[in-house]
Amino acid sequence: AARLSGGENRLVSLPLSRIRVIMKSSPEVSSINQDALFLTAKATELFVQYLATYSYKHGRGKEKNALTYGDLSHTAEECETFQFLADILPKKILASKYLKMLEKEKRDGEVGEDDEEDEEEGDEDATVGEDVGS
Amino acid sequence: MAERPEDLNLPNAVITRIIKEALPEGVNVSKEARSAISRAASVFVLYATSCANNFAMKGKRKTLNAGDVLSAMEEMEFQRFVAPLKESLEVYRREQKGKKEARKDKDKKADSEEQDKSREEENDDDDERMEEEEQNDEEEVDN
Repeated sequence: AARLSGGENRLVSLPLSRIRVIMKSSPEVSSINQDALFLTAKATELFVQYLATYSYKHGRGKEKNALTYGDLSHTAEECETFQFLADILPKKILASKYLKMLEKEKRDGEVGEDDEEDEEEGDEDATVGEDVGS
Repeated sequence: MAERPEDLNLPNAVITRIIKEALPEGVNVSKEARSAISRAASVFVLYATSCANNFAMKGKRKTLNAGDVLSAMEEMEFQRFVAPLKESLEVYRREQKGKKEARKDKDKKADSEEQDKSREEENDDDDERMEEEEQNDEEEVDN
């Protein structure tokens, strides 16, 4: 039985079969009742709408009349409700900034090595500011 | 069923449509943003399932039911979804009931018109076929 493909008339647009596949990928889940499957699909649609509109409203892309990745990752970081997405929507930084961060860590690491030498000589907690001697 | 990465993704066309219908007209949505929302949706399903499953286990049940999903939404701080979900569920249940009755009527008719052996098979597969039809219909969307 072919149904109209127009999105707005359907009760739910996301395919239940695919939603089920994702749900079943959870090892602890044995079976899913049909109503629960429908509700999960419908909830996911509501979620997509909510994430999109929230990110658009609170993001900087709004200035350019656009929804950008940055808006989404900003939402994941700032809004508690969406914090479960923080790991999959990480903030992006410029490659040049990242390289500077790496260089700084390396420099800090080299200072730390000197402290470790102090510890080997018998000092317990080598604190910054003590005379190094070597 | 082998879990290839694409199996846990939702159809791009449907996700895009949902996003576009939610935002004001003319807003440009980057491909990256669409892809990110799609991934987020998959994660949402996993999170909701896990949460709902906890409620089922508390109730000593092995089958996730509607109540478990609704409880999960509250737990996940998506209370705003609960009312619209309940409404949709009512419509869905009516639809499903209507389909079942329509099929039973069809079967009765077929029965009285001819002695059909295949009808026995139909009754057994009744629920499953209804599900599959639903799924097939849904699948048509993303192509």
